[in-house]
Amino acid sequence: MNFSFIKYSRVYYLLSGILIAASIMCLIAFGLKFGIEFTGGSNMELTFTGQRPNNEEISKRLEQFNLGDVVIQPTGSAGAILKFKGIDEETHQNMLAEINKLSPVEEKSFQFIGPSVGQELKNKTIMAIGLALLAITIYIAFAFRKVSRPVASWKYGIASLIALFHDILIPLGVFSLLGKFYNVEITIPIVAALLTIIGFSVHDTIVIFDRIRENILRQGTGQFDQTVNLSLNQTLGRSISTVATVLIVMFALYFFGGQTLKYFALALIVGVTAGAYSSIFIAGPLLATWKNWQDKRAQI
Amino acid sequence: MQQKYWIFIGVLILAVLAGNFVYPNYINSGIDFINSKFSWHSPHFWSKPYVLGLDLQGGVNLIYQADLSTTQDKAAAMAGLRDVIERRVNLFGVSEPVVQIQGDDRLLVELPGVQDVKAAIEMIGQTPYLEFDEQRTEEETKQILDKLQEVQVAQEKGEDIEKIKDWQLALQNPYVKPTELTGKYLSKATVVFDQTTYKPQIQLTFNAEGAKLFEQITEKNIQKPLAIFLDGASIIDTTGDGIIDGQDLYAPIIQDKISGGTAYISGNMSAQTANDITRRLNSGALPVKIGSPISQETVGPTLGADSLQKSLWAGILGLLAVMAFMLIFYRLPGLLASIALLIYVAITLAIFKLVPVTLTLAGIGGFILSIGMAVDANILIFARMKEEILQGKAVTAAIGEGFGRAWPSIRDSNLNSLIVCAILFLFSTSFIKGFALTLSLGIIVSMFSAIFITRIFLMVFIGPRLEKLKWLL
Repeated sequence: MNFSFIKYSRVYYLLSGILIAASIMCLIAFGLKFGIEFTGGSNMELTFTGQRPNNEEISKRLEQFNLGDVVIQPTGSAGAILKFKGIDEETHQNMLAEINKLSPVEEKSFQFIGPSVGQELKNKTIMAIGLALLAITIYIAFAFRKVSRPVASWKYGIASLIALFHDILIPLGVFSLLGKFYNVEITIPIVAALLTIIGFSVHDTIVIFDRIRENILRQGTGQFDQTVNLSLNQTLGRSISTVATVLIVMFALYFFGGQTLKYFALALIVGVTAGAYSSIFIAGPLLATWKNWQDKRAQI
Repeated sequence: MQQKYWIFIGVLILAVLAGNFVYPNYINSGIDFINSKFSWHSPHFWSKPYVLGLDLQGGVNLIYQADLSTTQDKAAAMAGLRDVIERRVNLFGVSEPVVQIQGDDRLLVELPGVQDVKAAIEMIGQTPYLEFDEQRTEEETKQILDKLQEVQVAQEKGEDIEKIKDWQLALQNPYVKPTELTGKYLSKATVVFDQTTYKPQIQLTFNAEGAKLFEQITEKNIQKPLAIFLDGASIIDTTGDGIIDGQDLYAPIIQDKISGGTAYISGNMSAQTANDITRRLNSGALPVKIGSPISQETVGPTLGADSLQKSLWAGILGLLAVMAFMLIFYRLPGLLASIALLIYVAITLAIFKLVPVTLTLAGIGGFILSIGMAVDANILIFARMKEEILQGKAVTAAIGEGFGRAWPSIRDSNLNSLIVCAILFLFSTSFIKGFALTLSLGIIVSMFSAIFITRIFLMVFIGPRLEKLKWLL
């Protein structure tokens, strides 16, 4: 099998470009819906042992507590998740008693996050993602320091960084849509998933770059296009297998793993798929495109 | 016998031990069976339970913000605060609570199994209470001890003790009684060293009112002990058993009337003990204000059990599906890799139990992810082997080449994942920490299983004799 990756690279760039543009547009238009761990507030998960009252009945009961906007989401057949502003423990207990009067209820979980904690977590998240991107770029540049011909080692770092942005933006776009239409929030597990995607998708890129490095050592620096193409073909089977095994376990988690880990698994499914695409169709071909562009400039 | 067979046997023994440690039910029922057949008394296999996080067993997680604006030594104040709250939480009867300082001024309190959040918050929020107790008169002591005996006798008979006259007396400390002097009047405690003996001493400084009270108390109690209690417990470990409990009673003997508001506690104590007491005294005297929690999470017991069950099922299904995938696409090596994967799961779970790693939902998620990632190294190696065989290399040589050439990629990519895990650790959120911990442990063990265990398997099973059965590869 010999697939021509470089020849059609423009098509792949275009496809990625469209997806990235769509993601950015979603992010601008809808933004991201952050969970209370980032915004501060309260989150209450209930299961009614009897009949579940409808949302209006619940909100009416809770009016006296001045909770501001109360979001009530029914879950399962008899459950509900309530989201509202931060309250102290006493109000919490009183609220629960009030709902209990309406219909017997069991509290499955309650979470309260102060506003300062949320802001801090936001800053930490941004810092962690930035740090991860930086560390990985430096690592790749370092790992490929001995390969400086025909493409300088830092360019491997930049190519993988571009692929990484692609892998982060697409899941973010998906979650922006999910947030808009299905109330899915960006929570801590999803942040963990995004950071894992950064680590995992660079996995793939490294394997491909490693092969390019090896083939350059074997065949010399001429015909860089063909070397990249050969390397991509040689590693294709492995790339697919690796992504498949991760997708298998994540699909198992998505369908059977329960509520908390469901969107964590979904973020990984989207991100890992995007990562596999970008490693094969973006990172490798980018190196070749960059080289060709440089050659052309040198001729002029 | 060749070395590789010895290593192979070693790996098998390790796998069996790890497997039985993780799931001892089978071997234990086997032992029971043999015991009943031959009437032996062999002990059960060593077992140790998993440590489950709050989200899986239910409980309360509270984060407090301490007000350190008026405090000089912030680290010492936080350490004092932690100790006090730790003791209170222990008094509350919570099994395996966690009290941790987070960052500079935050305190994390985890109370597994607790459902009454309100009571827990109230108990934690009390101000620490420091008191100075003087010795009772012999008459008083006798009175209380007699009452105590009376109550105990009544209890044994099953009678209602509340009917006994003055029964509350029995609850009091028979030897000492509180004075008016409390932590309110102490302005600070410091460790000083005696000029001549160089032994550590504790210097107590009272405010004006405290100084007057202290003078009266000392005048009244010369040559008698003065006991110091913090939160109803003695402040230092006098029995030397490492635990501070009711057995410890630290009571310096008053040598003379002390005026001026400064007192020294001297005795045969180490600098460490002196520091310890000072810290406790200061935390009693200057309680750091914590207010109500800035973050709170309560998980009911049913939700935790349900999450655990579901994620375990997802893990088992994922594992089986990955093994099926490996068998279909990589045949014989795939089978060996699947066995290596099972050993990987057994070793990793055994490490979780041994360390012990506190398992949270996120941690289980990380572990399930690592199952999918663990075979990656094997896939790299097998793909490389296939290529080498297609190029006409002998099978044994191809195995060597496969491992040798795949190694740099495996090293680079796993190191990268570990870098990301290290960055995830920067978050102090327990969800992410649990995830990063299990994922990085998984990555490290998977490198061992993919490279070492699979290689030994391949060397033992796929020798030159399989040269004719290349279709299996």
